[in-house]
Amino acid sequence: MQTGKASWLRLRTPVLWLALLAAMGTLSLYASPYTVIMVTNILMYVILTVSWVLFSAPTGYISLATAAFFGVGIYTSATLGGQLPLPLIILTAGVASFVLAALVGALTLRLKGVYFAFFTFGLVELIKHLLLWYEVSVTGVRGRFVVSADNVTIYYIILGILVILLLTSYLIRRSRVGLALQAIGEGEDAAAHTGINVSAVKTFVFALSAVFAGAAGAAMATRWGYVDPYIAFDYLFSFTAVAMAVFGGLGRFEGPILGAVVFAFLRELLITRFPYVYMLVMGSVLVVTILYLPQGLVQLAQKSTWRRLRGHREPA
Amino acid sequence: METFLGVVIGGLLIGGLYALIAMGLSLQYGVARVLNVSHGEFIMLGALTTWSLYTAFHINPLLSLAVCGPAAFALGYVLHRTVYRRILATSPSPGVFESNSLLASFGLLFVIQNVALIAWGANTRGYSYLAVPVSLFGVLFGANQLLTLGCALVVGVAFYVFLARTRVGKAIRAAAQDSTSAALMGVNINSVLALCFGFGAALAAIAGMLISMCYPVTPVMGIPYTIIAMIVVVLGGLGSIPGSFLGGLVLGLIGSLVTYIEPSLTLVAYYLIFALLLLVKPTGIMGR
Amino acid sequence: MSLLEVEGITKNFGGLAAVSHVDLRVDEGEVVGLIGPNGAGKTTLFNLLSGALKPSSGAIRFRDENITGLKPHQICHKGLARTFQSVKVFGGMTASQNVLAGAIFGDRGQMSPKQAGKEAARLLEFVGLSAVAAAPARDLTLANQKRLEVARALATKPNLLLIDELMAGLNPTEVAQAMDLVAAIRKQGTTVLIIEHVMKAIMSICDRILVLHHGEKIAEGTPQEIATSRTVVEVYLGE
Repeated sequence: MQTGKASWLRLRTPVLWLALLAAMGTLSLYASPYTVIMVTNILMYVILTVSWVLFSAPTGYISLATAAFFGVGIYTSATLGGQLPLPLIILTAGVASFVLAALVGALTLRLKGVYFAFFTFGLVELIKHLLLWYEVSVTGVRGRFVVSADNVTIYYIILGILVILLLTSYLIRRSRVGLALQAIGEGEDAAAHTGINVSAVKTFVFALSAVFAGAAGAAMATRWGYVDPYIAFDYLFSFTAVAMAVFGGLGRFEGPILGAVVFAFLRELLITRFPYVYMLVMGSVLVVTILYLPQGLVQLAQKSTWRRLRGHREPA
Repeated sequence: METFLGVVIGGLLIGGLYALIAMGLSLQYGVARVLNVSHGEFIMLGALTTWSLYTAFHINPLLSLAVCGPAAFALGYVLHRTVYRRILATSPSPGVFESNSLLASFGLLFVIQNVALIAWGANTRGYSYLAVPVSLFGVLFGANQLLTLGCALVVGVAFYVFLARTRVGKAIRAAAQDSTSAALMGVNINSVLALCFGFGAALAAIAGMLISMCYPVTPVMGIPYTIIAMIVVVLGGLGSIPGSFLGGLVLGLIGSLVTYIEPSLTLVAYYLIFALLLLVKPTGIMGR
Repeated sequence: MSLLEVEGITKNFGGLAAVSHVDLRVDEGEVVGLIGPNGAGKTTLFNLLSGALKPSSGAIRFRDENITGLKPHQICHKGLARTFQSVKVFGGMTASQNVLAGAIFGDRGQMSPKQAGKEAARLLEFVGLSAVAAAPARDLTLANQKRLEVARALATKPNLLLIDELMAGLNPTEVAQAMDLVAAIRKQGTTVLIIEHVMKAIMSICDRILVLHHGEKIAEGTPQEIATSRTVVEVYLGE
């Protein structure tokens, strides 16, 4: 029946999301401890990727500060671990990242495109070296031990952060702020003259996106047990988030999630035994995506592309 | 007084290298508009190739110039002809081109770095060449360091003369000013941009060769140099070759001073200078 | 009653004065034209009025309030909207989203999304773009993109609308339509300050005309006075 089919189509997406959530929410009941750890790692990358997309996709500002916010979260956990309950530590980490991002954003978001990318890139190195200097000359230690939590708890915390992040990005896309962000991405001058407080909107969303990276860092630190400035402020986290998002495709909500899952899974397979091969693959895929798949992986999922690929057998 | 001289000369020694690296990036970003974050990887390739030639075949580091320079030029040229030219052709606006070429150069960074890691392994390498002390105004320096500065100055000046005097050099400068009108005036813009990219890569590889004479080399050495190059390019003014050269020397002096006071804060100081500069005068010291 | 009063506004770029000691007054309900050769400082003046540039000296009063040095979005909220010489529509958004953005953000969030949607539809109708409401703005013709900018600016409910070259590059039919649009905007109660190069058009739609030359105001008067002014003819019309 026509109406039945239409209402199924309308309900299909929410039903699929709910089924996915139910499967993820009960993972520890049926999956092996190893699987739980692996899925935690994958979800962590999804968080970093989607939080990057939240600000950078609509505005076109390439932020490479993800690793800085993630690191702030890690060090919040390392400093406060054992002194506060875990949820409070994670909350603190989110707030700390928010404040840092708001400061950085207010100072630098008036910089044009690549300057901003470069500034945020340097930010990671700046914090890393400042922290290293502080640790060596003031506290006298290079690394810190983090009070650890059990793997299942960490999994559910990471899942919780991801669910809140996905809801936030979904709601923002549909809100006034989302419309403002889109307008800013299309043209900042015109947006300002249309009554949008451009710097306030950019700074707010940039800071908001940092909350999730910070929270994820705080949660993951409890699993690693030991951190030092090089582990915590590793610019690879920034690059990876960008690469995964671009690979998945920025145009659609599902794109970056898909890109992050595929890449993070590949990482799980390769990173311990062939770390260089993994990063080599990541680099090549990023270049190939930009050259031949500007809409990302989701472009392949669209029917017309499939047909075209089958019909013409395009050389990759 | 001797300390002061030591700081100044030390600053010039390292500043010469910075100048060379920055001139390369200035060609790539100032003219071809590619913020090439894989710039440091070409430095690394030059350094490791020189190291290999010296340790395996006892080839004088300065002679490896004959291999590194042309090879890096060819690699850079081909990269622009294939990757960046395609991005240029498919980007609807200059802004999109800048972001996409930045992302592509990230990809290349990973590719080059990890190929090097597979080829050379992650160990830190080094060799001893002309590591004899030389007294200069009563301060002792390594002969290799002085040689490095000398080479950097020669290469820098030679390149500047090339830009100022030759036909190709003039075309490059025209393209740096305004690529649209340069194209209208009969400059084959695509090949000029590819040349710029090639020269940028060659300058990086030469700098890498010089660096390997004085400092340890590893496949992951590139990124700090990329950051320094970008800082110098902003310091010297986008697209200004003399500005990059001067900026390199200035940053070297600052670095030498900070290293004298607190060595672990050198990179922090560089970054703070860069941040202040971007916020106060984004056009640089020689900028318009 | 005067809506906009500008006193001695000046903008220097380096040592060069792009706009120099310009006085300007626009009364409620007027259509005022701003003409002058290329590089006379017309668009710079618009940028100063709308907050895109900060004046080197001088004061801008709008609705009896000093708005000198306010940010563009604040000036928009005070009731002064503008269009751009080189069109700046939100290309990837649909025509109706463009206008919706104006309605939602120009009114300081006073409007509910539903009201804003209605207002956007009304304005698209008003500028004659209902048929292309769902098309991406970048796919519209130049004439339509210019109309879309007018609709987006009107959506912010301005008391004064600055229009920067509505008719450049349009064919005669489109020019006639653009003239009708300005007349309609005035009729619905919005005051207009317009930069235009199409002489015939500006002479027939404006109540008063100001002439800028090298950043200075060299003449001001009715179209009749301007057309017969010796100074104006010498520097501008005569060429």
